[in-house]
Amino acid sequence: MKKRVKVIERDDVVVKFAGDSGDGIQLTGAQFSDTSAFIGNDLATFPDYPAEIRAPQGTVEGVSGFQVHIGHKEIQSPGDQADVLVAMNPAALKANMKWVKPGATIIVDISNFDSRHYKRAEYVEDPLGDGSLDDYNVVRAPITEMTRDVVKHKGLDLKTADKTRNQFVAGILFWLFNRDLKIGENFLRDRFRNKPKLIDANIDVLRAGYNYAETVEAIEATYRVKPAEKGAGYYRNMNGNTAIAWGLLAAAEKSRCKLYLGSYPITPASEILQELVKTKNIGTIAFQAEDEIAGVCSAIGASFAGCLGVTTTSGPGLSLKSEGIGLGVITELPLVVVDVQRGGPSTGLPTKTEQSDLLQALYGRHGESPCIVLASSTPANCFDFAYEAARLAIEHMTPVILLSDGYLANGSELWHIPKMSDLPEIKVPRVLDNDPSYKPYNRDPETLARYWAVPGQEGLRHQIGGLEKADVTGEISYDPFNHEIMTLIRREKIDKVVYYIPKQQVIGNPEGDLLVIGWGGTFGTLYTAVKEMQEEGHSISLAQFNYIDPLPYNVPDIFGRFKNIVVCELNLGQFASCLRSKLPQFHYLQFNKIQGLPFLISELKNKFREILGLPQN
Amino acid sequence: MENYEKTTVKDFKMDQAARWCPGCGGHAVLAAVQKALPETGIKKENIVFVSGIGCSSRFPYYINTYGFHGLHGRGAAIATGIKLANPGLSVWLATGDGDSMAIGGNHFIHLLRRNLDINILLFNNKIYGLTKGQFSPTTPKGSITKTSPNGTIASPFLPGELAMGAQGNFFARVVDNDLEMMQKVFIAAASHKGTSLVEILQNCVIFNDAVHAEITSKELRDDNTIFLEHGKPMLFGRNKEKGLIREDSRMKVVQIGQNGITRKDILIHNAIDREDTRHYMLVRMMLPEYPIAMGVIRSCEASTYEDTYYGQIQVSRDKSTIKNVDDLFMSGNIFKLENHNGD
Ligand code: SF4
Repeated sequence: MKKRVKVIERDDVVVKFAGDSGDGIQLTGAQFSDTSAFIGNDLATFPDYPAEIRAPQGTVEGVSGFQVHIGHKEIQSPGDQADVLVAMNPAALKANMKWVKPGATIIVDISNFDSRHYKRAEYVEDPLGDGSLDDYNVVRAPITEMTRDVVKHKGLDLKTADKTRNQFVAGILFWLFNRDLKIGENFLRDRFRNKPKLIDANIDVLRAGYNYAETVEAIEATYRVKPAEKGAGYYRNMNGNTAIAWGLLAAAEKSRCKLYLGSYPITPASEILQELVKTKNIGTIAFQAEDEIAGVCSAIGASFAGCLGVTTTSGPGLSLKSEGIGLGVITELPLVVVDVQRGGPSTGLPTKTEQSDLLQALYGRHGESPCIVLASSTPANCFDFAYEAARLAIEHMTPVILLSDGYLANGSELWHIPKMSDLPEIKVPRVLDNDPSYKPYNRDPETLARYWAVPGQEGLRHQIGGLEKADVTGEISYDPFNHEIMTLIRREKIDKVVYYIPKQQVIGNPEGDLLVIGWGGTFGTLYTAVKEMQEEGHSISLAQFNYIDPLPYNVPDIFGRFKNIVVCELNLGQFASCLRSKLPQFHYLQFNKIQGLPFLISELKNKFREILGLPQN
Repeated sequence: MENYEKTTVKDFKMDQAARWCPGCGGHAVLAAVQKALPETGIKKENIVFVSGIGCSSRFPYYINTYGFHGLHGRGAAIATGIKLANPGLSVWLATGDGDSMAIGGNHFIHLLRRNLDINILLFNNKIYGLTKGQFSPTTPKGSITKTSPNGTIASPFLPGELAMGAQGNFFARVVDNDLEMMQKVFIAAASHKGTSLVEILQNCVIFNDAVHAEITSKELRDDNTIFLEHGKPMLFGRNKEKGLIREDSRMKVVQIGQNGITRKDILIHNAIDREDTRHYMLVRMMLPEYPIAMGVIRSCEASTYEDTYYGQIQVSRDKSTIKNVDDLFMSGNIFKLENHNGD
């Protein structure tokens, strides 16, 4: 007998999956996001996992989480708090109670709620029995037990059998969100296409979870989130790292430069390398080097030979590449350096997000060593800014540092698939064979970019390198005046990029009481907080920066129209100090957070209210 | 050869003279390379000289080919990028004992392990020249230098030994005062497919003069070196009256005609057998017990990194339905949204 439950229409819902890092939490989260994307919900995700591959089981530090925010309306952040929490063990429950909305649905795997697990999670009392969850809709699902029962004749060992548990959870969620099971089944067929035995088992467990949810009378209501209000077209669920890889591929194809990636594995950037090694089918050269330095140096070599040279890394790797980037600056070759930032210094918080490499990107090299610095601000626009980084590197013959972060790298959102023909042109400053006027440091008078002659071309043999070169001729020069000229040219070349980038946008009124400034990956939460306050009628606008060096030319004009400016960053104020030195005529307030976590909308709003002199909510 | 071009020494000369110290071994090496290149038949535009930092690494500025003067120790990594980007180029790496044995040791061993078709000219003067006289990883133990006033403490690296430990397939040794030998060996290095390492015993007149005197002086040279050629007996001495045999597990120097030794007893050099453990012994031979081994000591065939890489690209291209970036965008899990604003 099918029981009838209430179906609640929602504009948006936040779901959080939590369990041990070996529980397949990230997979379940990815599957839920993919199926949400598939039925057309807008979404934003936030995976949050410990640095250890298999952190101590059952402990609060070992909890791996995946938060998904889906919606019918525009979704820009993964949300502060969850409407639905799935806790695979007591530690997962403990770690997440403060991130759950009052009255939320909490699904627990009751098979793991025993005294042994309570002890590991350092619970003194049984959290399910002490009344602390009375205000929530708690579903006590025997997930592990029922899963084992379903797969007991499948010939799987216990470990593999338990790994299919996450599909039981997925099944419950499919029912909870009124979704078609077929979508989930297809996801599994694709995921395990090389392990047919697992397809069967996983699909059976998925169905069992769905049937369980339908039969048991513990769930009071199900949700329906209608498709998002998006323009017509093709979409896919896109995370930041894949978006960067694809943006680079697109730029390489557009510019007809072979893509060369020289990289060394590092969290949280490795997926870019992993993605690009899969694209040999379109001719990518993706080289796993012996270290970070070889990554950047081989990319510079490849650029010298005519490729779009790229290296990808995170903060510690950026430090190691500093000298190499300087070589790119003085040889004036195209080079894209992607830094997926994480908590530092040193190994710091490798799996957590932070924005603390900004000053390193701007100034972290010896000598006067300017390069273009960009920052992507959503998982999907990592595509646009990887493309933009490559475009500027090639057209202006310079290293470009693109700052992403751990939050963007692993987070995902809907991506409107572009057509290659719609992407902007990339003009490559090539030289024709045997051009008699070619000189290594002759420049385009507009951009000041030198021209790109490539080994193999006839009549253009030349030598470049790390020693200072004479203007135009490119001969080694120790002349003091020449060095000053070349230093000024290298700076001016970057400054001139301002004519080739878009104006800074403001979200909201172009003038008012408070201008919120952010840069890079904080966009989603800043946008949501500012939007909510605008809807509440406050005079507040947002300027989220993607172009850091050079800054768009209209920035002083924007800043001058607001009574207050607050710079919000996940560091101690690096962009603020950069703005103070470049535009000292303005007064900058700061809001900073260094917890390895994104901003919360609530804390941002509190800060903004404080600045505006409004009472706290 | 497909892009064979007749070039002459002149094609590779620069207008300005090389700026090494007068009498530096570098000048002779440069001359030998400029003489060797025309004999390789490689188009001059397809040749790239890459380097790191050090006296030897000024090399790209002194030869008229494409050139890239890199960072200290990183020449091997830069050369790797160039070769992978365009395998059609003939890539040469000019480096030194400080550049490749110290700061760039990691890149050096990995280049050899990967076996990209790159020719390494390792100028071994056993000292830091450009920074003015500090010891290097190949400086003989106990040497007094600017940074070892009481003598160096650690054992020096033998580049050839390091190369074999790193799975190197080609190793040769030459000395900077023998132009003919250098030329011959450089041509052999160029024609070898895979990473070729040529150790050049180079004199630094300023900071380590005569470090190789025992093998460069006219009187001692014949007795103190043995020039090896594949398929030929391991003979040396002014009148080729001495040779090498194997006794127990070691090499032994013998005199022809003494103790019943005839020419037939002398070992024949086999440079191409990768399992030939004598390569290792030859590289390690040291005065005064043995002569120093010169010439091509090891030259074994093996697939190159770039050939395998581009082979994988070809296979992927042939097998995949994704032919361009648009195809990639539309592959896998995509979905279509109709315009249902506000439904
Ligand atoms: S210092 Fe030594 S190695 Fe350097 S150029 Fe002078 S002689 Fe040659």
